[in-house]
Amino acid sequence: MIETKDLHFTYPNGVEALRGLTVTIRDGEFVAIMGQNGAGKTTLVKHFNGLLKPTRGQVLVDTLDVTKTSIAKLSRNVGFVFQNPDHQLFSETVEEEISFALRNFGFNEDVVENRVTWALNLLSLTQYRKTSPFVLSGGERKRVALASVLAWDPKTLILDEPTIGQDYQQKEKLRQFIMQMETQEKTVIIVSHDVEFVAECNPRVILMQAGETIADGEARRILSDPGTLAEASVIPPQIAQIFIELGGQLPKLNLPKQTIDLYEAREKIRKILAGKT
Amino acid sequence: MAIIETQDLTYTYSGAAKPSITDVSMRIEQGEFTLITGPSGCGKTTLCRCFNGLIPHFYQGELKGKILTNGLNVAEHPTHELAKHVGLVFQNPENQLFALSVEKDVAFGLENLGVPRQEMRRRVDEAMKITETYDLRDRPPHELSGGQQQRVAIASVLAMQPEVIVLDEPTSFLDPLSAKKIFEVIYNLNRTMAITVILVEHRLDLTAKYASHIIVMNEGKVALDGNPHEVLRSQDALLIGIGVPKATRLFELLSMDGVNLSGTIPLSSEEMTTMLKEVLTHR
Amino acid sequence: MSVFDGLKFRKVYSPIHSLDPRVKFIYVCAVFVVALLFSQIIPLLILFAIQVPFVLLAKVTSNWLRSMKGAAFFAAIIFLTNFIISFISAGYAVTSQNIENAAGITLRFIVLIESFSVFFLTTSPDHLGLALEQTHVPYELVFAFTTAVRFVPVIAEEAQTIMDAQKARGLELERGSFLKRIRNYIPILIPLIVSAIRRSLELAEAMESRAWGATKNRTNLYALRMHKGDIILLAISAGTIAAGIYVRRFVTIPSLGNLLKNIFKP
Repeated sequence: MIETKDLHFTYPNGVEALRGLTVTIRDGEFVAIMGQNGAGKTTLVKHFNGLLKPTRGQVLVDTLDVTKTSIAKLSRNVGFVFQNPDHQLFSETVEEEISFALRNFGFNEDVVENRVTWALNLLSLTQYRKTSPFVLSGGERKRVALASVLAWDPKTLILDEPTIGQDYQQKEKLRQFIMQMETQEKTVIIVSHDVEFVAECNPRVILMQAGETIADGEARRILSDPGTLAEASVIPPQIAQIFIELGGQLPKLNLPKQTIDLYEAREKIRKILAGKT
Repeated sequence: MAIIETQDLTYTYSGAAKPSITDVSMRIEQGEFTLITGPSGCGKTTLCRCFNGLIPHFYQGELKGKILTNGLNVAEHPTHELAKHVGLVFQNPENQLFALSVEKDVAFGLENLGVPRQEMRRRVDEAMKITETYDLRDRPPHELSGGQQQRVAIASVLAMQPEVIVLDEPTSFLDPLSAKKIFEVIYNLNRTMAITVILVEHRLDLTAKYASHIIVMNEGKVALDGNPHEVLRSQDALLIGIGVPKATRLFELLSMDGVNLSGTIPLSSEEMTTMLKEVLTHR
Repeated sequence: MSVFDGLKFRKVYSPIHSLDPRVKFIYVCAVFVVALLFSQIIPLLILFAIQVPFVLLAKVTSNWLRSMKGAAFFAAIIFLTNFIISFISAGYAVTSQNIENAAGITLRFIVLIESFSVFFLTTSPDHLGLALEQTHVPYELVFAFTTAVRFVPVIAEEAQTIMDAQKARGLELERGSFLKRIRNYIPILIPLIVSAIRRSLELAEAMESRAWGATKNRTNLYALRMHKGDIILLAISAGTIAAGIYVRRFVTIPSLGNLLKNIFKP
């Protein structure tokens, strides 16, 4: 369980990025942290593996106080996948790359070997085992970075803007991958400004604005609430936009609120039309 | 008049096993707002580089077929000459700004071209005003947000007064709000200055509504080419796996269900809302 | 290092900031030349003192002090080294001559740092690049310089991100033997270098796309023009050199030994 209690964080240059955040993320939850650039999303999640320490307030990860625990120790259970895989890749082969963290965490060589095989398999990278990560395509490098984090099997997975630069199919695969992690009862936290992607995943959403949480709950509820989204400068997903607009223009129809899913939208409209005939 | 025309264009990067684009033939008319999209690796970025001569002059490799930009055969003219006709804005905002202040960056291309100072000053100021970066003119690029940086990049290309501006996934690293701003600026250039815009993008939900022409590429070839309303309704578009806007998909689903939605298929939520309103009230 | 603080440009508006960098450089050279003319303490101290007004005028006092603090460390080393050498060669005797020699060399160093510090604190890299360009340094070099300066903060930030990313994979930079710690920097350096290479490629593409190399006669958005202040500074520089040469030639400067004798004259 990850808990923050009145978390405040100010950067050395004086910018107050977090102003009194209190959130709890339970084991096995799937959470999307959303908000515009500068809202404090990445600043928040960097506290979960100790990269940042609170200026005021407390952050507890599985009862460990982040100010008293090393980054290495926290990272053992909180795997952070950074936005740009090129900030991590440095090894001669993909195998070496994935082994890096495992060796840092003190795994035995034979365990390392097994874990590497497992991670390669999971992300369809087996044929690249002995390949240099630098010759792989952008999407493949992202998978190598992900594999190198999964290899040490952290309880919690944090993905920072995982959909940047990804095409539609890649995002679909990512969504399915997250679902898979869910079934393995991992806690998955994504930082994302991709509303359409989050709408399709339908996780718990923590919406941030200027260092504070302004909404916390089901995606379905938050992403269809125009007022709250406007406050966070977030554009609603297209389906939600349509229903918000229709709801506003045809209030008598009593359109069902909280619609963010394409297929649900279709069903609801059909029902209305059927009811009218 | 076709401002860009390719005929059976095939290109293989040096050292690559197979070509990145194969037999690409397309015509882009002057004044169009063309959207080029397709899954990763389909050849969109390679194609962009052909438009202004980076291919074949910077990248060497093997180029077959022909590409004409503003009537000039790209293979026979150096990039610095083609740069006067085709401006290219890249994906990473940070790596296309060199100078220590915004206005010096916007002037960069003009300095390279040897434009006299007075004329340069006029063009730089104008380009900054159009892209709403005039107030940032003394700031160093590092202090700007990604969205601001991209607008500066657009200004620096605009200052060279090309007939065509090509943008290769300019909003990849930007949040949706900044992305929207960029698209509005580009659309404005197209509409009020008659600059032909070629935009390579994945985010069709934000851009499809601006386009008058869409080209979908897949595995190095042109898969679909035409009017966005036609192209995005096709099953092929979905099969290739591009991000068809949800509004469009809803239209398709409801049409399949027998709902009579009039008009051309919607590319934005506003269009869809209007259609649905009609259907829901006229019953 | 705090001595580098003294070299960072600060965007402040002061009369010194708007002076032509070429003229400022001539002044710095003039000071250097005069400093070389003397090995006695007194003229060097005077040279040090007359530059202080420039520091105050330029409003860069705090940064300048920081660089002087950093320089003080090196100055102490220079003083001690020189003193010990002359101490030994004088037969292990402490004489006013030894002290003066060492102090002289040290002061020359300090005067140099002092003026260079003011120069760099009041000249933006852009301005400097422009000055270089107008003195007909090849544009490729000037461009390499200004682009490098432009990317320094970017690379610094990237280095921090890379460190974070690798720490998040269990890399512990503080632990281990000296050798291990050096090896620990490989996962930081390689991504940094690869990123630099990738960046260079993207920059080259962007440069080409903005008509790099279209003509040999590159024009410039800005032009450096000399103003009243520049003329004054040129005059000061000339005057300083003239005064220096005159004093050297015609004025006998009391050495430290003489001074001390006069002070302690019974």
